[in-house]
Amino acid sequence: MTDACTHPQTPLLHVEHLTMRFGGLVAADDVSFKAQDRKITAIIGPNGAGKTTLFNCLTGFYAPTSGRLELNHPTRGECLLERMEGHRIARDAGVARTFQNIRLFARMTVLENLIVAQHNRLMRASGFSFLGLLGFKRYVDAETQAVELARYWLDRIGLTERADWEAGNLPYGDQRRLEVARAMCTEPVLLCLDEPAAGLNPRESADLNRLLTFIRDEHSIGLLLIEHDMSVVMGISDHIVVLDYGRKIADGTPRAVRNDPAVIRAYLGDENDEENDNAMPPKVTADPKGGDV
Amino acid sequence: MTPRPALDVPAILKEAGLTALVMLGLTVGLVGFRIPDGIGASALETRFGAVAMACGLAFAGRIALILLREKRPRRVLFASTAYAVVVALAQAAPVLFSPAATERWITLRPFDSAVVNGMTVVLAAAFALRAAWMEWRHRRFPGIKERDKAMDAMGARVQRATHFFGPALLLVAVILPFLPMVDRRLLDIAVLVVTYIMLGWGLNIVVGLAGLLDLGYVAFYAVGAYSFALLAINFDLGFWICLPLAGMLAATAGILLGFPVLRLRGDYLAIVTLGFGEIIRIILLNWYQFTGGPDGISGIPKPTFFGLEFKRSASDGGETFHQFFDLTYSPVDKIVFIYYVILGLALITNSFSLRIRKLPVGRAWEALREDEIACRSLGINATNTKLTAFAIGAMFGGIAGSFFATRQGFISPESFTFIESAVILAIVVLGGFGSQIGVVIAAILLIGLPEIFRELQDFRMLTFGGAMVLIMVWRPAGLLAHRTPSIRLSDRGGEP
Ligand SMILES: Nc1ncnc2c1ncn2[C@@H]1O[C@H](COP(=O)(O)OP(=O)(O)OP(=O)(O)O)[C@@H](O)[C@H]1O
Ligand SMILES: [Mg+2]
Repeated sequence: MTDACTHPQTPLLHVEHLTMRFGGLVAADDVSFKAQDRKITAIIGPNGAGKTTLFNCLTGFYAPTSGRLELNHPTRGECLLERMEGHRIARDAGVARTFQNIRLFARMTVLENLIVAQHNRLMRASGFSFLGLLGFKRYVDAETQAVELARYWLDRIGLTERADWEAGNLPYGDQRRLEVARAMCTEPVLLCLDEPAAGLNPRESADLNRLLTFIRDEHSIGLLLIEHDMSVVMGISDHIVVLDYGRKIADGTPRAVRNDPAVIRAYLGDENDEENDNAMPPKVTADPKGGDV
Repeated sequence: MTPRPALDVPAILKEAGLTALVMLGLTVGLVGFRIPDGIGASALETRFGAVAMACGLAFAGRIALILLREKRPRRVLFASTAYAVVVALAQAAPVLFSPAATERWITLRPFDSAVVNGMTVVLAAAFALRAAWMEWRHRRFPGIKERDKAMDAMGARVQRATHFFGPALLLVAVILPFLPMVDRRLLDIAVLVVTYIMLGWGLNIVVGLAGLLDLGYVAFYAVGAYSFALLAINFDLGFWICLPLAGMLAATAGILLGFPVLRLRGDYLAIVTLGFGEIIRIILLNWYQFTGGPDGISGIPKPTFFGLEFKRSASDGGETFHQFFDLTYSPVDKIVFIYYVILGLALITNSFSLRIRKLPVGRAWEALREDEIACRSLGINATNTKLTAFAIGAMFGGIAGSFFATRQGFISPESFTFIESAVILAIVVLGGFGSQIGVVIAAILLIGLPEIFRELQDFRMLTFGGAMVLIMVWRPAGLLAHRTPSIRLSDRGGEP
């Protein structure tokens, strides 16, 4: 929230030589990049490029074949993600994520989704639930605090009115934003978003952009953003990593990446891939936000 | 559903009335008068009752036909099924019921002749089948969503009604032993039903909240029962000390089982727990020196009221309940006491489950049931969370098992077969996963009714199976599945 104490030399996330093989298929091939805190790092690439695989390695769903995933937690120091169990990555290293196909707790309410995200803190406050069972004040206070945090995020995503709805009954766009809010309720230092704008209409997409820049600027955490929608990517990212067939083919500012011949080839080279033709415009003339780095 | 034109009631009544008249004309001469055969019979015998009955049935039958023609099968279905079942039971009463009950059932026969009664039953059954077919055809495809919604709404209504209905039910449960019509038999049944309610609530934590399908719940029931029996007999410990110990031992068994198997999902978990239930039973059967094998364990001490026994005369050095309180001895006292013990235990189970739902573990259980992967991404340790659900469910199963042991005074592996697990699971499934009141209703239906109509024992498993299949086809979430949020923003000063 303040602009003091940056760590310009140690990046928040340092991925080194990450390789992930599924049998003969190399979904991530010697990928290395860095992501800084207070920056949105976009990860783009055609379908099947290995973006989700990268996230799954980062968040402990896959054990990488080789490579090093170093996260520098501002208070807890260096964490090697490839060695940590899935739930510990979220709990101890502070890496939260959303999913390409939304994974809310559909039959629980919006508020409950946000409270479950604060599980570990509440667990400690409730003495692993045993003291909470007896109605200890410490737990009651912790729960009130949890509700306050939830309310804060509900206000941000505009769902306060619908806090007691079943999450599964929300419109699609709201579900997407709720998933971001739920991830934020774990109080992460790195937030990984897997295509958060997929299926949103332009207005919802603009709302989402605002939410993401708000998180970056006000909560000073790092964001990793997988996205196909170039208006989102070009509009809000500070840094872009481009993957193709598991390999990193470009890495730089939006403007640099946009005009990178390798990127243009990756996106346009495959004639059959009609979906990506319109996903990325080939050339840029003027970019109002391009010059910010 | 499109609104349908209203029925023309007067026209229907007229048509049915005409049919009844025709029936009257046909029957009054043939049935109404009978010349009694045999020597010395003089007067003409009249049977106007039978004639009236025939006309009434013709009237009703005609209405049923018209309703079927107008594609309104619902009421026809209910009425003709009810008629067929009641008359069939009345006809079969001498075979099914005790002589006293038969007396009452026989009055429900419409005609004296078994053949005529049988024919009306067949006709009613035909109507019912036709109506059921029509109902099925019309509702099956377009109606599923609507029906689910209606059932959800009903679940919600029941849930709301529970606010008033629950305390009333509790009151009835508390004063039950003193109600005038409650005799010893009924009280025994009540004890059994409450035991199953407690087991249902215990299993509901595992199946309903955490979503782990456990087909071997009886294993923990058995562990509790045997722990209790062995502790009480070998170490001479009292009821109130053995009870929590047995609960803890069962919880330990839950953790030991859970550790290796909770990585499995869905069907695999169900199969492994099924196996575990059988393994426990087979161990009990074969570990002769320790468990008494197939002979079981007898002479398990009865519960005491602060050390006071429920006996006619005290064992040496002790005092009995009726001596201490200066009452005359009554064997019912013991059952009343036992009833209150299990009621208390069940209520503890219930308030525990209600509370734990609002605690982090409980919410994590429900979240795990919804989406395990999302839980992991939020830093929830899925294995440990499932283990706690398993252990706590096992603990309540074990406590119920201890109660079972002390009530029976005798246990053997035969009491802990798979069918018990199936019955408990059926209670949870029928009642609606996660619904506390649903478990109560289902336990009364599945345990209480068959016990009251003991004469129909043989059909019990059949009915059970049928009911389960219907539920699975019709409403997989259970009859009263309705979830109330564990926390609401609107209750916390959040503007709605
Ligand atoms: N668990 C797995 N087992 C085998 N192959 C996998 C597995 N997960 C991913 N893959 C393969 O790895 C490649 C990369 O998949 P990934 O999901 O990471 O692509 P993506 O970049 O996220 O694509 P999209 O933009 O469509 O989401 C694909 O060819 C995919 O089939
Ligand atoms: Mg993907």
